[in-house]
Amino acid sequence: MPAASTAGEVTLSVNGVSKYFGGVRAVDNVSVDIPKGSIFSIIGPNGAGKTSLVNMISGFYTPNTGSIVFHGEDITALRPNERAERGIARTFQNIALFAGMNVLENLMLGRHIHMKSNLLKACLYWGPNQREEIRHRARCEEIIDFLKLNDLRKQSTGALAYGYQKRVELGRALALEPDLLLLDEPMAGMNSEEKEDMARYVLDVNEELGTTIILIEHDMGVVMDISTRIAVLDQGTKIAEGTPAEIQADPAVIQAYLGTSH
Amino acid sequence: MTNADTLGALLLENERTRPTKPAIREKDLGIWRTYSWADYAGNVRDFAMGLAKLGFGPGDKLCVAGNNRPRLYWAEMAAICLGGTAVPVYQDAIATELKFVLNNAEVKVIVAEDQEQVDKILSLRDGLTGLEYLVYDDSRGMAELADDPTIMSFEAVQAEGVAYGQANPAAFETAIAAVKPTDIAFMVYTSGTTGNPKGVMLSHANMVETARTFLANEDVRESDDMFSYLPLAWVGEAMYSTTVSLMCGCACNCPESPETFRRDGRELGATGFVAAPRSLEMILSEIQVKANDASGLKRWVFNTFRDVAVEIENRKAEGQPISLGMKLKRAIGEILVYGPIRDQYAFRRARWVYVGGAPLGPDSFRFFRAMGINLKQVYGSTEVSGLVTLQTDKQASPDHVGTPCDGIDVKIAENGEVLIKSAGVFQGYYKNEDASREAITEDGWFRTGDAGILESSGQLTIIDRAKDVGKLVDGSPFAPQFVENKLKFSPYISEAVSFGHEKPYVCAMIAIDMNTVGNWAEKLGLAYTNYMDLTHKQEVRDLIVEEIKRINPSLPEVSRIKRFLLLAKDLDADDAEVTRTRKLRRGFIAEKYAPVIDAFYNGGKEVEMATEVTFEDGRKSMLDTRLTILEAA
Repeated sequence: MPAASTAGEVTLSVNGVSKYFGGVRAVDNVSVDIPKGSIFSIIGPNGAGKTSLVNMISGFYTPNTGSIVFHGEDITALRPNERAERGIARTFQNIALFAGMNVLENLMLGRHIHMKSNLLKACLYWGPNQREEIRHRARCEEIIDFLKLNDLRKQSTGALAYGYQKRVELGRALALEPDLLLLDEPMAGMNSEEKEDMARYVLDVNEELGTTIILIEHDMGVVMDISTRIAVLDQGTKIAEGTPAEIQADPAVIQAYLGTSH
Repeated sequence: MTNADTLGALLLENERTRPTKPAIREKDLGIWRTYSWADYAGNVRDFAMGLAKLGFGPGDKLCVAGNNRPRLYWAEMAAICLGGTAVPVYQDAIATELKFVLNNAEVKVIVAEDQEQVDKILSLRDGLTGLEYLVYDDSRGMAELADDPTIMSFEAVQAEGVAYGQANPAAFETAIAAVKPTDIAFMVYTSGTTGNPKGVMLSHANMVETARTFLANEDVRESDDMFSYLPLAWVGEAMYSTTVSLMCGCACNCPESPETFRRDGRELGATGFVAAPRSLEMILSEIQVKANDASGLKRWVFNTFRDVAVEIENRKAEGQPISLGMKLKRAIGEILVYGPIRDQYAFRRARWVYVGGAPLGPDSFRFFRAMGINLKQVYGSTEVSGLVTLQTDKQASPDHVGTPCDGIDVKIAENGEVLIKSAGVFQGYYKNEDASREAITEDGWFRTGDAGILESSGQLTIIDRAKDVGKLVDGSPFAPQFVENKLKFSPYISEAVSFGHEKPYVCAMIAIDMNTVGNWAEKLGLAYTNYMDLTHKQEVRDLIVEEIKRINPSLPEVSRIKRFLLLAKDLDADDAEVTRTRKLRRGFIAEKYAPVIDAFYNGGKEVEMATEVTFEDGRKSMLDTRLTILEAA
């Protein structure tokens, strides 16, 4: 189980956020605290509001009510890029890579928030700019090694198999060196072997790099195996939260997933 | 050349005489990183002192498990410098195989490359009696094992070693000076085509003298680059990478990973190679597939100039003159075809390429020579430190394995078996007196187990394993490997097992080459799901029937394939059907496929077979298959 998990300290707290689309309450007054170093999974049936919640954390949506506090700072009003600079990275449910670029270039792109050079400086080959480039390349190579993408370094991502594209996307998110990583269905559409690999990488990221992870995933086997804590959403509200064992035994969850007998 | 007679002394000599010369490189994080001989010796020294601190001393065994990484080479050398023995194992060995070797060798310290190897070893831990410490190279995923005092990182052992070295300044040099040439440096487990693997004990003198013989016969320079891509557990790696590099100061180069070794090899452009036939065959079939997929013009260019080059090669072999026109065509082909192929497949700077371990088909052999690659044969076995005969540049031929090197005596026993006496003959099998006595005659000749002919011109020809050469019921001789090699020359056939001893005719089980046959099927628009599905396709069966009909005329009439079948899976070392170096384990196969063999000779058309498949983690499952027997003649 995640070794980096420290009791008490909270990386992110979501306080009573709601998001309405017209009359639809996609997320309704949800509060969660994400403990530092945890793998925190958010599960729930389709349309339960999982992705909306993640979009509010990463800044794509602004909540109608409530606040989001990251490392003690209220980030509710910040734009997505400002949140990224503070250490929140995400991957997308649908792959959003630059298909024409190779794996390394996609990862280097993830480093952009750490790059200091401006366009003018970048026109000079030598000097601080080159040193900076080398430093970032080295970091990207470490990620390539971490995710075992060595043989695909120079392959254009558009031509890669689905499972690899997902892995590259994870790599690009890691290139930001985030404190908090939001993974939106990283295992969707994968076969069991690819899922197993991905689960291994998610665990490795958590254990080796100490990154706190929020995971949205449909595969219950994976969620129960790797999560530290789980929150269950149903129709926009949080119906349960706890350890995997507690969630599996929770009557409200069973009802939401299996329905009641009449 | 050097006079040092132990591997440790050689290392110290290199540290002294060529401290800044590159000794070993590895591609790591996308960049080739170079370690000089001073770095090499320094790392070995620190690790050796760390081992000494842990109580590792003369006679102790250290096992390395993993891909070719500098640290694994250093760990081997550290153990050897302390008077211990390095026991390299195959990185893909399954847990049960590993357990046998580790216990048989009484391994005290294991140096494992990464989490995968560590997990495999930990899964066996309770059954490993002599194991005291587990050292890992890559620290990824090891955090949860941090509390275990017997599991340590490579750096931690080296750090201990630095402190120990400061307290005992000359300890490393003293330890090396105490090592005698007769001490065992390497213990390499033979793949063992029968029974359990046996630990072949190779002394410092075995290694050093054999490398000396090799260097006397081949042009290896201090500035050379070797490509260390073969498994550490293969005697060739210990000999042609580690020892040869120590002897002449050339550099070993480790690829980034097994997946990238092709590209890394091309970047490096090694100056010399020792290759297994299997890897050359794979390159050839890849070239053929790519040529077939190319556009019409490109295909024409490739085929035309390949034919020219092969024709020239054949004429040379027969001593016929080569016309000016052909030479001209060859010059054009050099620019259009041969040069680019050498470049793509990492042979651009290679002055010599030795193929050994198993025979390579004459067609494949001539193809590579025709492409301008100086391909030659080497013959040797683990028990003779990997070297008996070499071909000189002029001798290169697929028909024999060359002349015995100076200082290596070869004779043919009455039963046709090749016997060898040399400085490289091993010190016996570890803890296996009976096998040792059987393998070495009283007057010191090693029985290779190969049946061979020594020509009056001095060239040695290997026919087959002596015990495999049999007779058909009518008394005509039958050499199964000879038949199988002919079959394997087909690009569509990956493995073959032939039967005929004490039988009326010859039959064969054939494993198709998934890559080429799959490609062929796609071209025809045949849909298939997996290997087994392919073998059930009538078109594929017809294809192989045609291949066999084409091959049969090149076999002696009595040895021609009459009936055969396509296996539902390739032969696999995990299923114990072949050894890790892909030699057939005939006895085991005959037992496992007994119903098939019966059906071959009782006229049966179909065999129901439950085959056991072993997965990498040692799990097994049963595969029910219906195999159809096909007629070839």
